[in-house]
Amino acid sequence: MARLVACALLLCFAVAAGQARAEGLEVIVVDPYLEMRTGPGRGFPIVHVVERGERVRVLKRRTDWFQVQDADGREGWVHRSQMLETLVPAGTRMEIDDPAREDFTAHRREVGLLIGDFGGANVITAYGAYAFNAHLSGELAVSQILGNFSDGEAAALGVTHVPVPEWRIQPFLSMGTGMIRIRPKGTLVQTPARTDQFAYVGGGLRAYLARRFIIRAEYKEYVVFTDRDENEEANEWKIGFAFFF
Amino acid sequence: MENRIRVLLLSAALVMAGCSSLPWRDEDPEAAPEPASPENGEAPVVIEPQVERREVKPAKIDTENWEAGLTAGSLSVEDFEVNIVYGARLAYHINEDFFAEGIIGQSDAGLSSFERLSGGAPLLTDSERRFTYYSLGFGWNALPGEIFLGGRRALNSTVYLTLGAGSTRFAGGDRFTLTAGAGLRVLVKDWLGVHLDMRDHVHEIDVLGSNKTSHNYEATLSLTAFF
Repeated sequence: MARLVACALLLCFAVAAGQARAEGLEVIVVDPYLEMRTGPGRGFPIVHVVERGERVRVLKRRTDWFQVQDADGREGWVHRSQMLETLVPAGTRMEIDDPAREDFTAHRREVGLLIGDFGGANVITAYGAYAFNAHLSGELAVSQILGNFSDGEAAALGVTHVPVPEWRIQPFLSMGTGMIRIRPKGTLVQTPARTDQFAYVGGGLRAYLARRFIIRAEYKEYVVFTDRDENEEANEWKIGFAFFF
Repeated sequence: MENRIRVLLLSAALVMAGCSSLPWRDEDPEAAPEPASPENGEAPVVIEPQVERREVKPAKIDTENWEAGLTAGSLSVEDFEVNIVYGARLAYHINEDFFAEGIIGQSDAGLSSFERLSGGAPLLTDSERRFTYYSLGFGWNALPGEIFLGGRRALNSTVYLTLGAGSTRFAGGDRFTLTAGAGLRVLVKDWLGVHLDMRDHVHEIDVLGSNKTSHNYEATLSLTAFF
């Protein structure tokens, strides 16, 4: 495991090092000045300015900041808002392909992490969703349940319906089924782990934050089909964040 | 009369057909744009476009919003000594202020003072003594700035605060864990970062009889790469 991580990381370093001096895109400044800062942030000082009509080479981008190099080889970081006011050699404005709210309405895939409470125990959930259309998506979720009296895991497959995908804050309804495994924590009596099927219905809200980020909160009612006389019921609430792409 | 009209129309049609089938310029007949051809052969070509057409594509710029790295340091497992911890971290920078972060780590806890003093049977087996954790959360770059080395060098840096949740496996059980910390990141190169982190992993534990909140402080040094 550790070796694998080390290898992956070495690869990352190699890729990053290779990318560091890649050929950049050349753009022409349209704003009166292009302000080059020492770092990718609003607090870093402006150390150079490039005048209108001059060319700069775009080396890389980090969040909303672009690292550019001017004709004299000086490097600095320029904000996205100024980069939008530059021309590419074809004479058109530089297009920056950024995810926006419209993409949130039409997104296909979503992965996220939620934490919350499942029947009195803490729960951590990772999920992935695929949208069949703007309203309906399928979801696969795996959860780790961590309680004072029992631990467990759950895996669920469900569908989510978003009635109004155009809104920034979207209510949704969900239902599905899955398997849950509960291991009671017994210091004196060792109780065996149980695996049962469950079904849930629920609802929640998801809201567009920025870029590719969503904040999501949900509530679910579970029925666990036990092999005893009575089924068990549990409710769950969770909050977390997700990416869409 | 009818014949004459027919001949006139036919010849006009022939001229039209002839004109339209003529190549625009004699380089490549297939590339000749049809609607641009003159109605009759008389109209001289006034403007010959010399501009090369370019395909406009969205700019392909190398984005570096991900950061991955390895971590090593010391972890104080409450009641079980301070030990070496190894781990890894992955972060996604959402904007210049916030990032999402996942960390994993592993350490082998030592003996509790009770075990050491009583000299009796150990409380935990070796496998139960292994402390592994993961945590997922957010970070806020609270103090972005620069570190000045001598008079000529300045390295970009930030002091950040993190908050996360995850799970810790220790003493034969998984425990829900909240993680809070602060760190300093210094960029040695634009793509290479060094982090100094202090974190507290908080969880409930009942190894020593009663249930209690355990604080496990960790100080680590990490090397990360942006990609």
